[in-house]
Amino acid sequence: MKKLILTAAVLAFGMGMASAQTIRLGTEGAYPPYNFINDSGEVDGFERELGDEMCRRAELDCAWVTTDWDSIIPNLVSGNYDTIMAGMSITPEREQVIAFTQNYLPPVPSAYIGLSEEVELEGGIVAAQTGTIHAGHVAQTGATLLEYATPDETIAAVRNGEADAALADKDFLAPFVAESGGELVWVGEDVVLGEGIGVGLRQSDTELRETLDGVITAMKEDGSLNAMIRKWFGEEAQTYE
Amino acid sequence: MFAQCADPASLEGLAWLMCYLTSGKHMLFYASFGTVLLLLAITAPIALLFGFGGALASRSRIAPLRWFGKLYTSMVRGVPDIIFFLFVPIALDQGLEWLRHQVLCDTDAPVRQGNDFVVCAAAKLPLSSSPPWVHDVYGFTLAVVAFSVVFGAFAANVLHGAMQAVPRAQLETAEAFGMSPRQVSRRVLIPQMWTYAVPGLSNLWMILIKATPLLFLLGVEDIVYWARELGGTKTSAFTYPHPDWRLYYFLAILVFYLLMTWVSERILGRLTRRLSAGQATMGGEALRKGPA
Repeated sequence: MKKLILTAAVLAFGMGMASAQTIRLGTEGAYPPYNFINDSGEVDGFERELGDEMCRRAELDCAWVTTDWDSIIPNLVSGNYDTIMAGMSITPEREQVIAFTQNYLPPVPSAYIGLSEEVELEGGIVAAQTGTIHAGHVAQTGATLLEYATPDETIAAVRNGEADAALADKDFLAPFVAESGGELVWVGEDVVLGEGIGVGLRQSDTELRETLDGVITAMKEDGSLNAMIRKWFGEEAQTYE
Repeated sequence: MFAQCADPASLEGLAWLMCYLTSGKHMLFYASFGTVLLLLAITAPIALLFGFGGALASRSRIAPLRWFGKLYTSMVRGVPDIIFFLFVPIALDQGLEWLRHQVLCDTDAPVRQGNDFVVCAAAKLPLSSSPPWVHDVYGFTLAVVAFSVVFGAFAANVLHGAMQAVPRAQLETAEAFGMSPRQVSRRVLIPQMWTYAVPGLSNLWMILIKATPLLFLLGVEDIVYWARELGGTKTSAFTYPHPDWRLYYFLAILVFYLLMTWVSERILGRLTRRLSAGQATMGGEALRKGPA
């Protein structure tokens, strides 16, 4: 079907298609419900739906690429793909290396989980994914930071007692807590980190940045972004005014 | 896959497991075993060829060629594999894109802009618009090159040693028959060296098998990647929720590697026996006397 449309398009626009560029969207694929690889092996989640919709509105050809979280920024700046949509919060440190669009998710609370509510957060051992705002925050609190390559491993570390608690986005942790049958519980207060989640781009890619910024503004105004947020993060999720 | 798998939530026990193990994601996992075998099948002959070239170069009478052979073997052997695996694909990729940028792009924009490595759309390798499999093949090819260069250097050293080990008397006899140096190499030295090279080469083959998980470092989605991905805790956001099963997936990989090395050991053992026949070595002597 896709091929048919493509062929039709080529016929319609002559060789104009040859210069049409494909935008490659990079993601991690290990952070449900933001982005994950579903059981048929495809990228799925909130960011998949949002990215596809943004590409449709901007009339861009898009393809999804997965990569390790560790190398997600180096691979972007060396040109392996053109954007990062991987639940990446906008922070001043990252803005020194890459550019961001305006946020497509407002700053969301992060939360600690542990095996009991009495866990010591300040002096204890806290697990977080390496290179995230959560890891940065734990390092500042005075707790001992245990870093893992994937968010899933931070939860496994809490379960097997290597860490007293784990810090991550609350929306990511919520299903794990709900489905653990009381094994995992929320610990302490929620914290709000970062300036929301935006699309990461190369600093030299100003044109694409303006395009995507425009699409996000339009989606915020017509309410379609809010609808998408409610679909993936529940009715109580924080939305745009 | 099967019709009853349309609604996994209603399934239980064996039926659930059957559907789970045949999900699209598992098919990709099974296919990645093929990727590993393909890598071995392609890398081994290329590395052997590199090794052969390196060994011949470091024995060459032409000085620059000899220097090149020595430099290749000692440099690659002296650098940790992982550093090489991280360096070669990136350097190769950016080098090729830079070359294409010089030829195909008509801009004066520098390739390095701040943090960014930017080439024009036509110089991208592979092109952004090419289908995903082209990107996969490209990544895989870079991995093959990295593996071949590293293992070629080790093979060069093994083959060089094996060539030195061929008894001088055999070569002298060939010379006495009036063969030219080239004929001596081709007719005596190279056929005779294999018996000395096989133990070293079989070691390298074993190390190559065990080094294949490094594919994961190169961004190729190999069995380790899928085992970690599939084994992680799955919440109800997925069709098949399950707790942390990484242990079982890694166990399966462990069995796979043990099987691979076990089969290889048997085949290489036979090869050693065959090559020892008629040789003036302990192994050849034992074969001549027959079972005691």
